[in-house]
Amino acid sequence: MENAPEFSLDRNEAVPRLVGRHEDFLVVAGLAGTARDLTYLSGDAPHVFALAGAMGAATTMGLGLALARPERRVLVVTGDGELLMNVGSLATAAVINPPNLAIVCVDNGHYGETGYQKSHTSLGVDLEQMAIGAGIRTTRTIRREEEIPEASRLIREGNGTSFVLMRVRPNESPPHKRDLDPTSEKLRFRGAVLDGGPDLPRP
Amino acid sequence: MSEGTITGERRGEPPGDATWPEEIYRVLRDFGVTQFAYVPDAGHKVLIDLSLADEAVSSVPLTTEEEGVGLLAGAHLGGARGVLLMQSSGVGNCINFLSLAKGGQFPFLMLVSMRGDFGEGNPWQVPMGQAVEPVLGAMGVLCIRADEAREAAAAVRAAATMAFQSGQAVAVLLTQKLIGAKPF
Repeated sequence: MENAPEFSLDRNEAVPRLVGRHEDFLVVAGLAGTARDLTYLSGDAPHVFALAGAMGAATTMGLGLALARPERRVLVVTGDGELLMNVGSLATAAVINPPNLAIVCVDNGHYGETGYQKSHTSLGVDLEQMAIGAGIRTTRTIRREEEIPEASRLIREGNGTSFVLMRVRPNESPPHKRDLDPTSEKLRFRGAVLDGGPDLPRP
Repeated sequence: MSEGTITGERRGEPPGDATWPEEIYRVLRDFGVTQFAYVPDAGHKVLIDLSLADEAVSSVPLTTEEEGVGLLAGAHLGGARGVLLMQSSGVGNCINFLSLAKGGQFPFLMLVSMRGDFGEGNPWQVPMGQAVEPVLGAMGVLCIRADEAREAAAAVRAAATMAFQSGQAVAVLLTQKLIGAKPF
Protein backbone atom coordinates (compact mmCIF):
# COMPACT_ATOMS: atom_id res chain seq x y z
CA MET A 1 0.00 0.00 0.00
CA GLU A 2 1.36 3.43 -0.87
CA ASN A 3 2.16 5.59 2.09
CA ALA A 4 2.61 9.19 1.06
CA PRO A 5 4.83 11.11 3.49
CA GLU A 6 2.07 13.41 4.68
CA PHE A 7 0.01 10.39 5.85
CA SER A 8 2.52 9.47 8.52
CA LEU A 9 0.95 9.31 11.99
CA ASP A 10 -0.21 6.04 13.57
CA ARG A 11 -3.89 6.51 14.39
CA ASN A 12 -3.68 4.05 17.30
CA GLU A 13 -1.29 6.45 19.05
CA ALA A 14 -2.30 9.81 17.61
CA VAL A 15 -6.08 9.65 18.12
CA PRO A 16 -5.87 8.81 21.86
CA ARG A 17 -3.23 11.53 22.34
CA LEU A 18 -5.32 14.13 20.54
CA VAL A 19 -8.56 13.27 22.32
CA GLY A 20 -6.93 12.93 25.72
CA ARG A 21 -9.54 12.76 28.47
CA HIS A 22 -12.56 11.54 26.47
CA GLU A 23 -14.78 12.45 29.44
CA ASP A 24 -14.20 16.12 28.54
CA PHE A 25 -16.52 15.66 25.57
CA LEU A 26 -19.80 14.39 24.24
CA VAL A 27 -18.57 12.46 21.22
CA VAL A 28 -20.08 11.63 17.84
CA ALA A 29 -17.85 9.21 15.95
CA GLY A 30 -18.06 8.46 12.24
CA LEU A 31 -18.20 5.02 10.73
CA ALA A 32 -15.79 2.11 10.81
CA GLY A 33 -12.29 3.27 11.77
CA THR A 34 -13.15 6.29 13.88
CA ALA A 35 -16.07 4.44 15.50
CA ARG A 36 -13.65 1.71 16.63
CA ASP A 37 -11.02 4.29 17.65
CA LEU A 38 -13.42 6.08 19.97
CA THR A 39 -15.41 3.16 21.38
CA TYR A 40 -12.15 1.35 22.11
CA LEU A 41 -10.40 4.26 23.78
CA SER A 42 -13.46 5.16 25.85
CA GLY A 43 -14.26 1.56 26.79
CA ASP A 44 -17.71 1.83 25.13
CA ALA A 45 -18.56 4.80 27.30
CA PRO A 46 -22.18 6.00 27.02
CA HIS A 47 -21.18 9.55 26.06
CA VAL A 48 -19.78 8.27 22.74
CA PHE A 49 -22.32 7.81 19.94
CA ALA A 50 -20.70 5.95 17.04
CA LEU A 51 -22.33 5.60 13.65
CA ALA A 52 -22.33 2.42 11.58
CA GLY A 53 -24.50 3.83 8.81
CA ALA A 54 -26.05 7.14 7.71
CA MET A 55 -22.61 7.91 6.25
CA GLY A 56 -22.06 11.66 6.20
CA ALA A 57 -24.20 12.46 9.26
CA ALA A 58 -21.48 12.79 11.92
CA THR A 59 -20.82 16.52 11.57
CA THR A 60 -24.45 17.63 11.59
CA MET A 61 -25.24 15.26 14.47
CA GLY A 62 -22.46 16.96 16.37
CA LEU A 63 -23.90 20.35 15.43
CA GLY A 64 -27.39 19.50 16.67
CA LEU A 65 -25.92 18.08 19.86
CA ALA A 66 -23.73 21.15 20.41
CA LEU A 67 -26.75 23.44 20.05
CA ALA A 68 -28.76 21.25 22.42
CA ARG A 69 -26.04 21.12 25.12
CA PRO A 70 -24.21 24.47 25.03
CA GLU A 71 -22.70 23.79 28.46
CA ARG A 72 -20.84 20.70 27.19
CA ARG A 73 -18.04 20.38 24.67
CA VAL A 74 -18.97 18.29 21.65
CA LEU A 75 -16.36 16.44 19.63
CA VAL A 76 -16.98 14.93 16.20
CA VAL A 77 -14.32 12.41 15.20
CA THR A 78 -14.78 11.17 11.68
CA GLY A 79 -12.88 9.87 8.67
CA ASP A 80 -12.08 11.41 5.33
CA GLY A 81 -14.58 9.24 3.46
CA GLU A 82 -17.41 9.98 5.89
CA LEU A 83 -16.74 13.72 5.79
CA LEU A 84 -16.39 13.81 2.00
CA MET A 85 -19.82 12.24 1.63
CA ASN A 86 -21.45 15.34 3.12
CA VAL A 87 -18.69 17.91 2.97
CA GLY A 88 -21.27 20.71 2.76
CA SER A 89 -21.97 20.00 6.43
CA LEU A 90 -18.74 21.91 7.17
CA ALA A 91 -20.43 25.00 5.69
CA THR A 92 -23.53 24.42 7.80
CA ALA A 93 -21.44 24.04 10.96
CA ALA A 94 -19.41 27.14 10.05
CA VAL A 95 -22.39 29.47 9.61
CA ILE A 96 -23.77 28.43 13.03
CA ASN A 97 -20.26 28.32 14.53
CA PRO A 98 -21.09 26.97 18.00
CA PRO A 99 -18.13 27.61 20.31
CA ASN A 100 -18.51 24.19 21.96
CA LEU A 101 -18.07 22.15 18.76
CA ALA A 102 -14.82 20.66 17.47
CA ILE A 103 -14.50 18.47 14.38
CA VAL A 104 -11.57 16.09 13.99
CA CYS A 105 -11.03 14.30 10.70
CA VAL A 106 -8.78 11.26 10.92
CA ASP A 107 -7.59 11.28 7.32
CA ASN A 108 -5.92 8.09 6.10
CA GLY A 109 -6.63 8.85 2.45
CA HIS A 110 -8.51 5.60 2.02
CA TYR A 111 -11.81 3.79 2.45
CA GLY A 112 -10.43 1.30 4.95
CA GLU A 113 -13.67 -0.55 5.56
CA THR A 114 -14.16 -1.52 1.93
CA GLY A 115 -10.64 -2.66 1.04
CA TYR A 116 -8.48 0.47 1.22
CA GLN A 117 -9.48 2.08 -2.03
CA LYS A 118 -7.97 5.57 -2.31
CA SER A 119 -10.21 8.42 -1.27
CA HIS A 120 -10.13 11.88 -2.78
CA THR A 121 -7.71 13.05 -0.08
CA SER A 122 -5.06 10.72 -1.54
CA LEU A 123 -5.74 12.31 -4.91
CA GLY A 124 -5.20 15.95 -4.06
CA VAL A 125 -8.25 17.01 -2.04
CA ASP A 126 -7.35 18.94 1.12
CA LEU A 127 -10.12 18.85 3.71
CA GLU A 128 -8.52 21.56 5.85
CA GLN A 129 -8.68 23.90 2.85
CA MET A 130 -12.32 22.91 2.36
CA ALA A 131 -13.01 23.66 6.02
CA ILE A 132 -11.33 27.06 5.61
CA GLY A 133 -13.36 27.69 2.48
CA ALA A 134 -16.50 26.69 4.37
CA GLY A 135 -15.75 29.47 6.82
CA ILE A 136 -14.35 27.61 9.83
CA ARG A 137 -11.87 30.08 11.28
CA THR A 138 -9.82 27.80 13.52
CA THR A 139 -8.23 24.94 11.61
CA ARG A 140 -5.11 22.81 11.79
CA THR A 141 -3.48 20.00 9.87
CA ILE A 142 -1.41 17.64 11.99
CA ARG A 143 1.26 15.51 10.38
CA ARG A 144 3.74 15.04 13.25
CA GLU A 145 3.43 13.92 16.85
CA GLU A 146 4.81 17.17 18.23
CA GLU A 147 1.84 19.02 16.71
CA ILE A 148 -0.69 17.01 18.72
CA PRO A 149 -0.61 18.79 22.13
CA GLU A 150 -1.52 22.20 20.71
CA ALA A 151 -4.41 20.71 18.74
CA SER A 152 -5.54 18.80 21.82
CA ARG A 153 -5.87 22.15 23.63
CA LEU A 154 -7.51 23.79 20.64
CA ILE A 155 -10.42 21.33 20.52
CA ARG A 156 -11.13 22.14 24.18
CA GLU A 157 -11.33 25.91 23.90
CA GLY A 158 -12.07 28.72 21.50
CA ASN A 159 -14.79 31.14 20.56
CA GLY A 160 -16.03 29.18 17.59
CA THR A 161 -16.10 25.78 15.93
CA SER A 162 -12.69 24.28 15.24
CA PHE A 163 -11.50 21.76 12.68
CA VAL A 164 -8.45 19.49 12.96
CA LEU A 165 -7.27 17.34 10.08
CA MET A 166 -5.02 14.53 11.29
CA ARG A 167 -3.09 12.78 8.55
CA VAL A 168 -2.53 9.13 9.47
CA ARG A 169 -1.16 6.01 7.84
CA PRO A 170 -3.76 3.66 6.35
CA ASN A 171 -3.34 1.10 9.10
CA GLU A 172 -6.08 -0.65 11.04
CA SER A 173 -7.87 0.85 14.00
CA PRO A 174 -8.31 -1.37 17.09
CA PRO A 175 -10.15 -4.65 16.33
CA HIS A 176 -12.86 -3.70 18.76
CA LYS A 177 -16.33 -5.31 18.69
CA ARG A 178 -18.65 -2.47 19.55
CA ASP A 179 -22.40 -2.24 19.99
CA LEU A 180 -23.97 -1.85 16.55
CA ASP A 181 -27.53 -1.24 17.73
CA PRO A 182 -28.32 2.46 17.22
CA THR A 183 -31.34 2.31 19.50
CA SER A 184 -29.40 0.97 22.48
CA GLU A 185 -26.58 3.44 21.78
CA LYS A 186 -29.09 6.28 21.72
CA LEU A 187 -30.77 5.23 24.95
CA ARG A 188 -27.43 4.83 26.76
CA PHE A 189 -26.24 8.20 25.49
CA ARG A 190 -29.39 10.03 26.55
CA GLY A 191 -29.45 8.22 29.87
CA ALA A 192 -25.93 9.37 30.62
CA VAL A 193 -26.24 12.89 29.26
CA LEU A 194 -29.71 13.96 30.24
CA ASP A 195 -29.70 12.76 33.84
CA GLY A 196 -33.33 11.76 34.03
CA GLY A 197 -34.43 13.53 30.92
CA PRO A 198 -35.28 17.09 29.98
CA ASP A 199 -38.52 18.69 31.07
CA LEU A 200 -39.98 19.38 27.66
CA PRO A 201 -43.57 20.51 27.11
CA ARG A 202 -46.54 18.30 26.29
CA PRO A 203 -49.02 20.96 25.17
CA MET B 1 -36.83 39.63 -14.19
CA SER B 2 -35.96 41.65 -11.12
CA GLU B 3 -36.91 40.39 -7.66
CA GLY B 4 -39.33 43.27 -7.22
CA THR B 5 -41.53 42.16 -10.10
CA ILE B 6 -42.01 38.60 -8.84
CA THR B 7 -45.08 38.28 -6.67
CA GLY B 8 -45.19 35.91 -3.72
CA GLU B 9 -47.72 33.81 -5.57
CA ARG B 10 -45.34 33.54 -8.51
CA ARG B 11 -42.70 32.08 -6.18
CA GLY B 12 -45.17 29.52 -4.84
CA GLU B 13 -45.77 31.23 -1.50
CA PRO B 14 -49.01 30.92 0.43
CA PRO B 15 -51.36 33.89 -0.06
CA GLY B 16 -50.34 36.94 1.94
CA ASP B 17 -53.47 36.79 4.12
CA ALA B 18 -52.87 33.16 5.13
CA THR B 19 -52.52 32.79 8.92
CA TRP B 20 -51.63 29.10 9.05
CA PRO B 21 -47.85 29.61 8.81
CA GLU B 22 -47.92 31.69 12.02
CA GLU B 23 -50.23 29.12 13.64
CA ILE B 24 -47.79 26.34 12.75
CA TYR B 25 -44.89 28.30 14.19
CA ARG B 26 -46.79 28.76 17.47
CA VAL B 27 -47.54 25.01 17.63
CA LEU B 28 -43.87 24.16 17.11
CA ARG B 29 -42.75 26.60 19.81
CA ASP B 30 -45.42 25.30 22.20
CA PHE B 31 -43.89 21.82 21.75
CA GLY B 32 -40.49 23.20 22.71
CA VAL B 33 -38.93 23.05 19.24
CA THR B 34 -35.68 25.04 19.35
CA GLN B 35 -33.87 23.88 16.22
CA PHE B 36 -35.32 24.92 12.84
CA ALA B 37 -33.36 23.30 10.00
CA TYR B 38 -34.22 24.27 6.47
CA VAL B 39 -33.42 24.33 2.82
CA PRO B 40 -35.25 27.44 1.65
CA ASP B 41 -38.59 27.04 -0.05
CA ALA B 42 -41.23 29.62 -0.82
CA GLY B 43 -43.83 27.48 0.95
CA HIS B 44 -41.83 27.78 4.19
CA LYS B 45 -40.93 31.46 3.85
CA VAL B 46 -42.92 32.68 6.85
CA LEU B 47 -41.75 29.85 9.13
CA ILE B 48 -38.12 30.46 8.20
CA ASP B 49 -38.44 34.21 8.77
CA LEU B 50 -40.15 33.68 12.13
CA SER B 51 -37.40 31.31 13.27
CA LEU B 52 -34.69 33.73 12.13
CA ALA B 53 -36.34 36.52 14.13
CA ASP B 54 -36.77 34.38 17.28
CA GLU B 55 -33.76 34.67 19.59
CA ALA B 56 -34.91 31.65 21.58
CA VAL B 57 -34.30 29.22 18.70
CA SER B 58 -31.52 28.21 16.34
CA SER B 59 -32.36 28.62 12.67
CA VAL B 60 -30.00 26.42 10.67
CA PRO B 61 -29.68 26.74 6.89
CA LEU B 62 -28.63 23.45 5.30
CA THR B 63 -26.71 22.79 2.10
CA THR B 64 -28.74 19.62 1.56
CA GLU B 65 -31.76 18.23 3.35
CA GLU B 66 -30.14 15.12 4.85
CA GLU B 67 -28.01 17.40 7.02
CA GLY B 68 -31.25 18.25 8.77
CA VAL B 69 -31.85 14.59 9.61
CA GLY B 70 -28.40 14.44 11.18
CA LEU B 71 -28.97 17.73 13.02
CA LEU B 72 -32.27 16.58 14.50
CA ALA B 73 -30.75 13.26 15.59
CA GLY B 74 -28.01 15.18 17.39
CA ALA B 75 -30.60 17.46 18.96
CA HIS B 76 -32.44 14.43 20.31
CA LEU B 77 -29.24 12.96 21.75
CA GLY B 78 -28.86 16.22 23.65
CA GLY B 79 -32.49 16.40 24.79
CA ALA B 80 -33.64 19.13 22.39
CA ARG B 81 -36.34 19.15 19.73
CA GLY B 82 -36.07 20.19 16.12
CA VAL B 83 -38.02 20.39 12.90
CA LEU B 84 -36.84 19.98 9.32
CA LEU B 85 -38.41 22.27 6.72
CA MET B 86 -37.99 21.27 3.09
CA GLN B 87 -39.55 20.95 -0.30
CA SER B 88 -40.67 17.55 -1.57
CA SER B 89 -37.65 17.33 -3.88
CA GLY B 90 -35.47 17.28 -0.74
CA VAL B 91 -37.14 14.15 0.60
CA GLY B 92 -35.13 12.07 -1.83
CA ASN B 93 -31.91 13.48 -0.38
CA CYS B 94 -32.84 12.28 3.11
CA ILE B 95 -33.51 8.62 2.54
CA ASN B 96 -30.34 6.89 3.76
CA PHE B 97 -30.05 9.19 6.79
CA LEU B 98 -33.57 8.14 7.78
CA SER B 99 -31.93 4.86 8.82
CA LEU B 100 -31.63 6.76 12.10
CA ALA B 101 -35.43 6.79 12.32
CA LYS B 102 -36.20 3.24 11.30
CA GLY B 103 -33.11 1.60 12.78
CA GLY B 104 -32.42 3.90 15.71
CA GLN B 105 -35.96 4.91 16.59
CA PHE B 106 -35.03 8.58 16.68
CA PRO B 107 -38.07 10.87 16.61
CA PHE B 108 -38.25 13.15 13.58
CA LEU B 109 -40.61 15.93 12.62
CA MET B 110 -40.46 17.29 9.10
CA LEU B 111 -42.67 19.70 7.23
CA VAL B 112 -42.64 19.09 3.49
CA SER B 113 -44.00 21.71 1.13
CA MET B 114 -45.21 19.68 -1.80
CA ARG B 115 -44.38 20.10 -5.42
CA GLY B 116 -45.30 17.68 -8.17
CA ASP B 117 -48.81 17.07 -7.01
CA PHE B 118 -52.08 19.03 -7.41
CA GLY B 119 -51.78 21.27 -10.47
CA GLU B 120 -48.00 20.98 -10.99
CA GLY B 121 -46.84 22.70 -14.18
CA ASN B 122 -43.14 21.76 -14.03
CA PRO B 123 -42.58 18.18 -15.18
CA TRP B 124 -39.23 18.00 -13.35
CA GLN B 125 -41.07 18.17 -10.02
CA VAL B 126 -43.51 15.36 -10.67
CA PRO B 127 -41.35 12.22 -10.21
CA MET B 128 -40.04 13.11 -6.73
CA GLY B 129 -43.28 14.74 -5.65
CA GLN B 130 -45.22 11.58 -6.46
CA ALA B 131 -42.55 9.43 -4.77
CA VAL B 132 -42.63 11.29 -1.44
CA GLU B 133 -45.20 9.13 0.33
CA PRO B 134 -43.95 5.73 -0.90
CA VAL B 135 -40.29 6.43 -0.11
CA LEU B 136 -41.01 7.99 3.28
CA GLY B 137 -43.26 5.04 4.04
CA ALA B 138 -40.51 2.64 3.04
CA MET B 139 -38.21 4.29 5.60
CA GLY B 140 -40.81 4.14 8.36
CA VAL B 141 -41.85 7.80 8.25
CA LEU B 142 -45.56 8.44 8.82
CA CYS B 143 -47.17 10.99 6.51
CA ILE B 144 -49.98 13.40 7.38
CA ARG B 145 -51.41 15.47 4.55
CA ALA B 146 -52.69 19.01 5.04
CA ASP B 147 -54.83 20.16 2.12
CA GLU B 148 -56.65 23.10 3.67
CA ALA B 149 -55.65 26.16 5.67
CA ARG B 150 -57.97 25.28 8.56
CA GLU B 151 -56.31 21.88 9.10
CA ALA B 152 -52.65 22.88 8.77
CA ALA B 153 -51.96 23.74 12.42
CA ALA B 154 -53.92 20.71 13.63
CA ALA B 155 -51.87 18.46 11.33
CA VAL B 156 -48.62 19.85 12.75
CA ARG B 157 -49.94 19.47 16.31
CA ALA B 158 -50.83 15.84 15.61
CA ALA B 159 -47.45 15.18 13.99
CA ALA B 160 -45.52 16.85 16.83
CA THR B 161 -47.40 14.76 19.38
CA MET B 162 -46.62 11.56 17.48
CA ALA B 163 -42.97 12.56 17.08
CA PHE B 164 -42.15 13.92 20.53
CA GLN B 165 -44.46 11.84 22.73
CA SER B 166 -44.63 8.60 20.74
CA GLY B 167 -41.10 8.73 19.32
CA GLN B 168 -42.17 8.41 15.70
CA ALA B 169 -40.78 9.90 12.51
CA VAL B 170 -43.57 12.00 11.01
CA ALA B 171 -43.82 14.19 7.93
CA VAL B 172 -46.54 16.76 7.41
CA LEU B 173 -47.14 17.21 3.70
CA LEU B 174 -48.25 20.78 3.01
CA THR B 175 -49.89 20.12 -0.33
CA GLN B 176 -50.31 22.33 -3.36
CA LYS B 177 -54.01 22.54 -2.56
CA LEU B 178 -52.94 24.35 0.60
CA ILE B 179 -49.96 26.35 -0.67
CA GLY B 180 -51.06 26.80 -4.26
CA ALA B 181 -49.28 25.51 -7.35
CA LYS B 182 -46.39 27.63 -8.57
CA PRO B 183 -47.36 28.96 -12.01
CA PHE B 184 -45.18 28.22 -15.06
